[in-house]
Amino acid sequence: MTFLGIIALAIVRLQDLFSVVMLSSLYSLLSASIFVALDAVDVAFTEAAVGAGVSTVLLLSVLSHTGRWIRPPYRGAWLPLLVVILTGAALAYGTLDMPHMGDPMAPAHNDVSQRYLEKSSQEIGIPNVVTSILASYRGYDTLGETTVIFTAAVSVMVLLGRRGRRRRSPIRNRGDERT
Amino acid sequence: MVIASDHLVKKLVGLSIFQTSVFLFYISIAKIFGGSAPILDPAITHYSNPLPHVLILTAIVVGVATTSVGAALIVRIHEAYGTLEETEIHIQDELE
Amino acid sequence: MRPDMRVVRVVARLLIPLILVFAFYVQFHGDYGPGGGFQAGVIFASAIILYALVYDTPTADKILHPRFLRVMMSLGLLLYILVGLACLYQGGAFLEYDVLTRDAVHGQHRGIFWVELGVGTTVAAVMISVVLTFFGYSEHHH
Repeated sequence: MTFLGIIALAIVRLQDLFSVVMLSSLYSLLSASIFVALDAVDVAFTEAAVGAGVSTVLLLSVLSHTGRWIRPPYRGAWLPLLVVILTGAALAYGTLDMPHMGDPMAPAHNDVSQRYLEKSSQEIGIPNVVTSILASYRGYDTLGETTVIFTAAVSVMVLLGRRGRRRRSPIRNRGDERT
Repeated sequence: MVIASDHLVKKLVGLSIFQTSVFLFYISIAKIFGGSAPILDPAITHYSNPLPHVLILTAIVVGVATTSVGAALIVRIHEAYGTLEETEIHIQDELE
Repeated sequence: MRPDMRVVRVVARLLIPLILVFAFYVQFHGDYGPGGGFQAGVIFASAIILYALVYDTPTADKILHPRFLRVMMSLGLLLYILVGLACLYQGGAFLEYDVLTRDAVHGQHRGIFWVELGVGTTVAAVMISVVLTFFGYSEHHH
């Protein structure tokens, strides 16, 4: 976890965007290994594939259009830093109230998951409980999620267009439409 | 970094890291000591709570969808304004 | 093509079929181990993206035409909805897989199989389309 903090700090301070993207990919990979240590194998799988794979490729593509180096920030970062420290302190104070990690009696482990775990073998009969919840017990949410990612693809294709498109005028020349 | 940085790419990367940390938080809630991964096996009695896993799985996919749309927007903004620094973009908007 | 791409190409040509097979494995064994539709879709997309990185985007477009990908995206989502509608047709609620066959457990298996297939197809097509759109954009607008 310390590594995660170090990586996050490095990303804030760096001005080389290529390193920033690479470090964010590393962050995802480290998180994926922590997920495995926390018994969340499906989540680790997805996070590793998505975070360290597709997300990195996307950000690198952005870098290929824009520059690789950025200037140091114009204004000082003291006010946002104060806000972040205050928010972080408030959140940390909130966690003092939480049950210990791994406590089986915690409120998060309520009857619903118990029921899913117990009844899954009778009602559905597949060993992977996460898949059975995702596809069957909470199948409607998965439908929504698929729609979301479909919509995102459509948005990207609208924004960037397919190849062979005419070059449109930049936004600033359409200022007369904005009155 | 999302609020502190001027540069749009840093904001996007910061957002993505922020999301991943929140996922870590949720998954850490789901863990039960002595449990194992929620894949049913006759030899195991205690499992970690699978419900947050499902939630986070959906959230990861939605996160990558957001990142991709954000990246597309950044590319278009760069094409329209020529810069990705937020103050410069505001200045160009004011000058219109 | 710079000469030092040759090593990358050789390794990629070895890896891409393996990655594709692994994607199919993850898709269909999502019931028994970690995996399922999303993971399989992203892994499949990674194989194609690797191909597009090593060769170039027009070559990748030749094996998976953009229009085909758009159709696959919609078909995956449609498959999901059709499964739900089929459950309605058989007399149950939307996406209640129990009624798909006579035996409730078998109905669940079938429903989950088709639903995961739909999700995997959509996710793979989406990821490939988005990344190839990014790649294709740079070649024409610089």
